[in-house]
Amino acid sequence: MDLDALYQEIILDHYKSPHHAGLREPYEVQVHHVNPTCGDEVTLRVHLDGETVADVSYDALGCSISQASVSVMTDLVIGRPLSEALAVQAQFQQLMQGRGQVEPDEDTLEDAVAFAGVAKFPARVKCALLGWMAWKDATAQAVGETTVSAAANAVSVNRGERA
Amino acid sequence: MMISTEALVAPGPATGAAYDVDVVRRDFPILGRRMAGDHPLVYLDSANTSQKPQSVIDTMTEHYALHNANVARAMHQLGAESSEAYENARSKVAAFIGAASRDEVVFTKNASEAFNLVARVLGDAAGDLGVRAGDEVVVTEMEHHSNLVPWQMLCGRTGAQLRWFGFTDEGRLDLDDLDAVINERTKVVSLVWVSNMLGTINPLERVIARAHEVGALVVVDASQAVPQLPVDVSTLGADLVAFTGHKMVGPSGIGVLWGRGDVLEQLPPFLGGGEMIETVTMERTTFAAPPARFEAGTPPIVPAIGLGAACDYLSSLGMAAVAAHEQRITAYALEQLQQVPGLRVLGPTEPVDRGGAISFELAGVHPHDVAQVLDSRGVAVRAGHHCAKPAHLRLGVQSSTRASFYLYTTEGEVDALIDGLERTRHYFKVG
Repeated sequence: MDLDALYQEIILDHYKSPHHAGLREPYEVQVHHVNPTCGDEVTLRVHLDGETVADVSYDALGCSISQASVSVMTDLVIGRPLSEALAVQAQFQQLMQGRGQVEPDEDTLEDAVAFAGVAKFPARVKCALLGWMAWKDATAQAVGETTVSAAANAVSVNRGERA
Repeated sequence: MMISTEALVAPGPATGAAYDVDVVRRDFPILGRRMAGDHPLVYLDSANTSQKPQSVIDTMTEHYALHNANVARAMHQLGAESSEAYENARSKVAAFIGAASRDEVVFTKNASEAFNLVARVLGDAAGDLGVRAGDEVVVTEMEHHSNLVPWQMLCGRTGAQLRWFGFTDEGRLDLDDLDAVINERTKVVSLVWVSNMLGTINPLERVIARAHEVGALVVVDASQAVPQLPVDVSTLGADLVAFTGHKMVGPSGIGVLWGRGDVLEQLPPFLGGGEMIETVTMERTTFAAPPARFEAGTPPIVPAIGLGAACDYLSSLGMAAVAAHEQRITAYALEQLQQVPGLRVLGPTEPVDRGGAISFELAGVHPHDVAQVLDSRGVAVRAGHHCAKPAHLRLGVQSSTRASFYLYTTEGEVDALIDGLERTRHYFKVG
């Protein structure tokens, strides 16, 4: 079993020094997500400025994969137009749930491609998704479910065409 | 379907005065497996579920192959064979735990179901045993969720109050307030014998004596005790005892609720359905005597038969010998683990009144990551809260890594764990 396929250097770096950590004001919605099987948890806040993801702040307890994943996510979504950020989230989720069969799009996912190896470790997929699902949930509460699912569907369609 | 005679002949388990773990290991085919990277399997997750000897596997295969039929209702020869095998398994379990009568052994699907059964029917019971508003139910802070949540639910339904004993920083039950926590309002005391997380073996005698002084019913979670200690329920003093088959070299899908005859007799049924009745009309039903009263529907027939074979296997080794081996391995592991820099054992650090599960923290590395690195070397441990979140909270940790040993564990496997932990520290650059 290739440990290095799972623990890419980028992941270990983010684990040691997480980006955008800590809970900040202002925010519109705060959520608390837990992984009931292992007890990992994240408290996450979203702050939107119009159509832009102005800030995502969090307090997370968990393994290297879940901690690094939420850290990378904040790099990718903060400062982005909401529609773009949601598209990245949807792609990351597809990658994680793809059992290692989905080819990651490096242009979109950037540092998050480091998690491609996690998809081959079924027990760890939920670790990688914890923060991303928390952000999706918080965003849905902030702007409404339809906006979020429309963005996710748009991504599915695009990827379907490419395949 | 034909199965070869060879497969039906169970290899004899190890016998003789000296316990030879290498001979015992030959009875467990899975222990010969090699994992990814050609690492030999080092299975240190037996408190989660134990591995199964060939004799248990063969007994179950043979039943399916040659004797399968429903029990207690089929009039044909196979039905008679199947019923006999199922009831024979009940007798084996009864003998294994020292029950006064085979009718004191109720088959459930696992220990959780056994606790839910008791908690549910105590809420339904009329008379002295019934739990009602104003009554108190006592548990401990080191319970597995299976012996906590059903009591919380019972209290929610009835308005009874849940109370509990805490434990010390060393992981020992804190009984300083014994007489206050268990008082004249206490109706039920339900506690774990051997903790699945801390490894602590609790002083049942003191708690049982106090509980009976105030007329409370005592329920014991023996899920980790029956697999590794000689157990005699007839002298234990408890009123009800729950455990599960899959942690004692038996299959999953079968658990046991033992209850003293006069207690079971007073309890109302749990689930309604086939086989738990005496007679049924459209208007009303009268219920069968225990144990049938608590076994509605087709039971887990073959798992029960497999559990009977597991009892035979453990008896052939001798539970005193199994307990002594567990003690030796646990002492060795405690000593070795505490030499790993940054490692903190959660629970008693001395091998005294202690079972073979050791939970620990490794500074700077999350338990998931510890388990992942160990797994890459074929070492299987559990990482998480081990269904004991309150106990973790008490010790100020969110989760832990747990290594747990059993009758087939070797010192060499403990060494592989220690090497793996050194590798983990190196990989995550701690220390």
